[in-house]
Amino acid sequence: MAKLQLPCEEAAIRKLKVGDFLELSGRMITGRDAAHHWLLHGFREEVAPFLKDSVIYHVGPVVKKHEDGHYTFVAAGPTTSAREEPFQADVIGKYGLRGVIGKGGMGPKTLKGLQEHGAVYLHAVGGTAQVLAQAVVKVEQVFQLKEFGVPEALWVIQVKDFPVVVTMDSHGNSLHAEVEKASKAKLEQLLGLSA
Amino acid sequence: MLTREQWTEKFVDVIAHASSQLPPDVLEALKRGRDAEEPGSLAAKALDSILTNVEMSKGNWQPICQDTGTPLVWIHHPVGMSTRMLTGAFEEAVRQATAKQLLRPNAVDTLTDKNTGHGQGAGIPTVHCEEWDSPDVEVRLILKGGGCENCGAQYSLPNTKLKADRDLDGVRRCILDAVAQAQGKGCAPGIIGACFGGDRGSGFVESKRQLLRRLDDSNPVPELDAMEQQLLEQGNQLGIGPMGFGGKTTILGVKIGNLARLPASYFVSVSYMCWANRRAGARITEKGEVTWFN
Repeated sequence: MAKLQLPCEEAAIRKLKVGDFLELSGRMITGRDAAHHWLLHGFREEVAPFLKDSVIYHVGPVVKKHEDGHYTFVAAGPTTSAREEPFQADVIGKYGLRGVIGKGGMGPKTLKGLQEHGAVYLHAVGGTAQVLAQAVVKVEQVFQLKEFGVPEALWVIQVKDFPVVVTMDSHGNSLHAEVEKASKAKLEQLLGLSA
Repeated sequence: MLTREQWTEKFVDVIAHASSQLPPDVLEALKRGRDAEEPGSLAAKALDSILTNVEMSKGNWQPICQDTGTPLVWIHHPVGMSTRMLTGAFEEAVRQATAKQLLRPNAVDTLTDKNTGHGQGAGIPTVHCEEWDSPDVEVRLILKGGGCENCGAQYSLPNTKLKADRDLDGVRRCILDAVAQAQGKGCAPGIIGACFGGDRGSGFVESKRQLLRRLDDSNPVPELDAMEQQLLEQGNQLGIGPMGFGGKTTILGVKIGNLARLPASYFVSVSYMCWANRRAGARITEKGEVTWFN
């Protein structure tokens, strides 16, 4: 399986195509609904270096705080990305992200943003919280924990061989758009709604 | 008789089972799905990863999915037992299970937008208590994640766009449409709980109660049993596949119930449950002896 080290350069991202399997290693940051809103409201200098040329992982983990104060991820699969559709392309552009990890895919605005800025959508398997938590080897630090709570905070993590599939690439291709089109045509046929 | 604290302890066990131990019928359905997909396809690889995950969570008693969802609870209890005590004991069990990382702190106050931090909040968990003649208590729990809950849909018939009239064919059309609209977003392959009739509230509750059924059971009503089988087949013809990657395994089961309706109303309520159908059940005697079932 192909490997990708984070942070990475645009050229490495432009080579990726829909259907490619990848194992990610290096540093990334988590963020979901509250985080995206917060990232767009002003420029968050303290987290910007963690976003630049890396990826944001849509996840609300279960986290254990150990007696000495360090954290580990107990369960950490992707959350539904579609909720970030209004914000994602802007967050990518503003902070120089190279990718997004989530599940369920995203829409046309994000697809255009990926093409414009040289980024990809990486699909992790939803619900596989143990498999993916095992690939999170270290929790480095956390932002907005008190304000947003555990699931919504921005966790800076180190991953090793974190498995994903490219389902939206930087050339305007989306597996989600293809599957949706084909399945809705089949629905019309099954319901006798076709013209 | 068990004390309230002892009930809390039992309920924490039920939560641990639901959160980490996938029911065997769901596991079997996932394996059948994996075997049906093309080797090496995205669909097959997604299902392989799911099967690995199920084994891991089972072995280490940790959450199958990080979104440990809304705890939906149905309790049958003997005559004279306090429903207030049972509900309070379950709420405390949710707080304790959250402190043990069996659940994620999953309740957000909608006025302040702050996470309560302990997993419990107004309406979370939802506990339905019903009296019965047995001296035992039966508790059934589903942990229903937010991603799949967002894929639920409710239809008011007739629906011109779907050519759905107020009859069983109309019900079928709505349920199939709901599967197509969900795509992979509810963590396909999903399980569909549906109810026709009822009001907008009771219909959704019944659709969720249907998710307590084993995948390999049969609906006692012949027409509904036939519709469940037909919808399972047609849902899988949509080709959405695991995670929406495309493939043969879009849904693992369809379970349909019905309630009476007002003459003016005809609702079809559809609840989408992710593949991680975290369902647990136990029967507990007066002495505290537990029999697990699923």
